[in-house]
Amino acid sequence: MTDKKTLPSTLFNMALILTIVAGISALILAYVHETTKGPIQKAKDLREMQAVAEVVAEKFDNNPFAEKTVITAADGNGRLELYPTRLNGIINGMAIKTYTNKAFGGRMELIVGFSLDGRLTGYKVIDHKETPGLGTKVIEEKFSSQFRNIYPSYMNFKVRQDGGDIDAVTAATISSRAVIDAVQRAIDAYNKFSAGN
Amino acid sequence: MDKTSYENLTRGLIRENPTFVMLLGMCPTLGVTTSASNGVGMGLATLFVLILSNIAISAVKRIIPDMVRIPCYIVIIASFVTVVDLLMAAYLPALHARLGIFIPLIVVNCIILGRAEAFASKNNIYQSVLDAVGMGLGFTLGLTSLGIVREILGAGSIFGWSFLGENADPVLLFIMPPGAFMALAGLIMLVNKLRRAKQ
Repeated sequence: MTDKKTLPSTLFNMALILTIVAGISALILAYVHETTKGPIQKAKDLREMQAVAEVVAEKFDNNPFAEKTVITAADGNGRLELYPTRLNGIINGMAIKTYTNKAFGGRMELIVGFSLDGRLTGYKVIDHKETPGLGTKVIEEKFSSQFRNIYPSYMNFKVRQDGGDIDAVTAATISSRAVIDAVQRAIDAYNKFSAGN
Repeated sequence: MDKTSYENLTRGLIRENPTFVMLLGMCPTLGVTTSASNGVGMGLATLFVLILSNIAISAVKRIIPDMVRIPCYIVIIASFVTVVDLLMAAYLPALHARLGIFIPLIVVNCIILGRAEAFASKNNIYQSVLDAVGMGLGFTLGLTSLGIVREILGAGSIFGWSFLGENADPVLLFIMPPGAFMALAGLIMLVNKLRRAKQ
């Protein structure tokens, strides 16, 4: 043990030291925030770009985010973002960033892919707070493959417990329903958008 | 390495292991250990913060008046945690997404303030680093073993590598919150038994 001689706890010393400590911390934090702002945004963009590339079936060469259209959800509460994909300037698909507030952990955000004939080409969860090992299984292939290459208008888009055609994840019916809710919102948005075109 | 240094380095590993013996930092311990890799990630993040905060606090201990030492330590620790949080979000986004809310919570992890108060504020920088490394590794060890046990029992996999078929039925309870307590209790029992046998 070394001796424990510290500055005496006078009011002046305490105020001075606390101010200095807080000031130095603020400087360091401001610097780190500035330097990581770019990479953090880039990591987020990259994740969303990969998600778009994954859910849209066709190859594309544009930047879908540059052409985004924002539309209000059918119930008027939230906003969805539509990203058209193009190859040589011609639209060949669409990715829609959608959401649900009915997930087990509250809000869940998904990117859903469509081809131009209204076929669903898959989805990818980009933000969620589901229970690890249970609700998170909606991310996995076994559940998500049910949403690939289907025409939603020809099927009963509900989990089997509700009389539909989708097999819910065992012990995670709420998360499964939430995915359907979000995908349904994207489908509505897609239909609204293509009707408007 | 002299005896005291060796002692300071190894104390946190088993004898005063933060997770199994001192029962400190239970919030992240129970919260993030749903898989082995989450346990490793959280343990290493805590280790990193612990080393930085022990160094800083040991370095400034002389100029901090006694009566305001706790607020000063908390500001220092919170700054390092935020730095780690931002760096992880920027350069390890996948891990950051999984550990999420538990990274900011490192601020209130009793291990960090505990080591600052009990050790770094009384010892030199070198010894403080040794103490931080020992305690941090001990914490990582605790979280990883808890994560391994829970992942094996609850998800039928280990470090994400599944050894059960797609349709197998693992004991889901173990990756849910109550399972954390049960697995921890089992491990503490085991550690106590081993420690007693050694004496």
